[in-house]
Amino acid sequence: MTENGQQPVIVLENVDKHFGDFQALKNINLTVNRGERLVVCGPSGSGKSTMIRCINRLEEHDGGRIFVNGKELTGDVKDIDAVRREVGMVFQSFNLFPHLTVVKNLMLAPKLVRKAGKAEARETAMRFLERVRIPEQADKYPAQLSGGQQQRVAIARALCMNPEVMLFDEPTSALDPEMISEVLDVMVDLAKDGMTMICVTHEMGFARSVADQILFMDAGEIVEMGPPKTFFDQPKNERTKLFLSQIIQH
Amino acid sequence: MIVDFTLITDSIPKMLMGIGLTVELMIVSAVLGTVLAIVLLLMRISGLWYLVWPSVSYIYVFRGTPILVQIFIIYYGLPQFEVIRDSIFWPILREPYGCAVVALSLNTGAYVSEILRGGILGVDRGLGEAGAALGLSVRQRFIHITTPIAIRLAIPAYSNDIVSLMKSTALASTITLLDMMGIARTIVAETFAPYEVFISLAVIYIIMTFFIQKGFGRFEKHMSRYLKKEA
Repeated sequence: MTENGQQPVIVLENVDKHFGDFQALKNINLTVNRGERLVVCGPSGSGKSTMIRCINRLEEHDGGRIFVNGKELTGDVKDIDAVRREVGMVFQSFNLFPHLTVVKNLMLAPKLVRKAGKAEARETAMRFLERVRIPEQADKYPAQLSGGQQQRVAIARALCMNPEVMLFDEPTSALDPEMISEVLDVMVDLAKDGMTMICVTHEMGFARSVADQILFMDAGEIVEMGPPKTFFDQPKNERTKLFLSQIIQH
Repeated sequence: MIVDFTLITDSIPKMLMGIGLTVELMIVSAVLGTVLAIVLLLMRISGLWYLVWPSVSYIYVFRGTPILVQIFIIYYGLPQFEVIRDSIFWPILREPYGCAVVALSLNTGAYVSEILRGGILGVDRGLGEAGAALGLSVRQRFIHITTPIAIRLAIPAYSNDIVSLMKSTALASTITLLDMMGIARTIVAETFAPYEVFISLAVIYIIMTFFIQKGFGRFEKHMSRYLKKEA
């Protein structure tokens, strides 16, 4: 608990990350409290994805410290698995398991990681499929679904593990335009239910309506951060202004 | 020249007496070779140098030398050593059949191991990441995500290798075994009619290849059923 009564779920302290000679993250400091919705934007290559991938250690940070729910992420496999159970992730390319039906995609991790029984796992899976509004697709294979449906399945799959936090890595970037809103609707629902979320996205409408904070990154640094109103209407930094003018221009 | 059709119709049934041995050599070596391949593969991807290194060298040696040379080394070479003759392997290595199976399995193991590795490397990295993000351990990801997909990806190359193994069984005739090739050679030695006999034999091998490919084609279709767009 911090002094204002908020509980930090994710804390990044002076986090650095290098890919060879290239520094992808430079001294990142960030706190996300329970129930907070953070939208991360910035030009490609700015480190947005790398940052959220560090939070569940799909990338290893090489400087600073990262805490998830008070647990520090280190090289220890036990800690990593424990953190990953608390953090759900949705990828740009869905990454559904192609050889499993939709419902089995959702049941796999609860069965293997939470040791849930088959009936229990199936029941949970169906509940979340209803929540993303596609229970009727349960017994199809991912290849038989549209992109928007696949992404909703991917969201449901992450939710089945009952995560504290959800990370979204450009969840709508690979979708046809007419499918974007069905995915955003699901994400808005999640936000309304109080889920702690970090979304890397270029959907500025979504950012404006859902985010508590918007964070702008460029060249591996956090350039500016603030609530949507200030961020969009009175951006302080020149790079933020340039970025906003570029994405809102058309 | 005049083709002797009676010789063909006489020799085909004789050669087919050896099909049992040909098929047996193929199946036994395929099974043992595949088991060996899996062991080699696990060693190779273990990331531990003392397992990786032997596996890589093994594969390098067995893929880099002719199978006929391997058969001859095992059949003619190994019995030279007293240790081998005193060992528990002697009952197997004493028999030409045992030597043929050992040579074919060792050789197939090296090739199939590389084929399976290709399958594993072909699995989309994002799927492993998705598994990791869900909290699955490395082992769970390997068993439940990577393996089923890798098997599908490896089927076409594996099927080629089994065909290749089937044809290699003909080399067993060089160490006195009477498989189809061994019988054919005996017939040729008696009749001096290599043309009719070997052409007929070639046709039999082609038909066998056809059925093997057909079988694997079905298996691949079955394993790929989840990729179809429509239910």
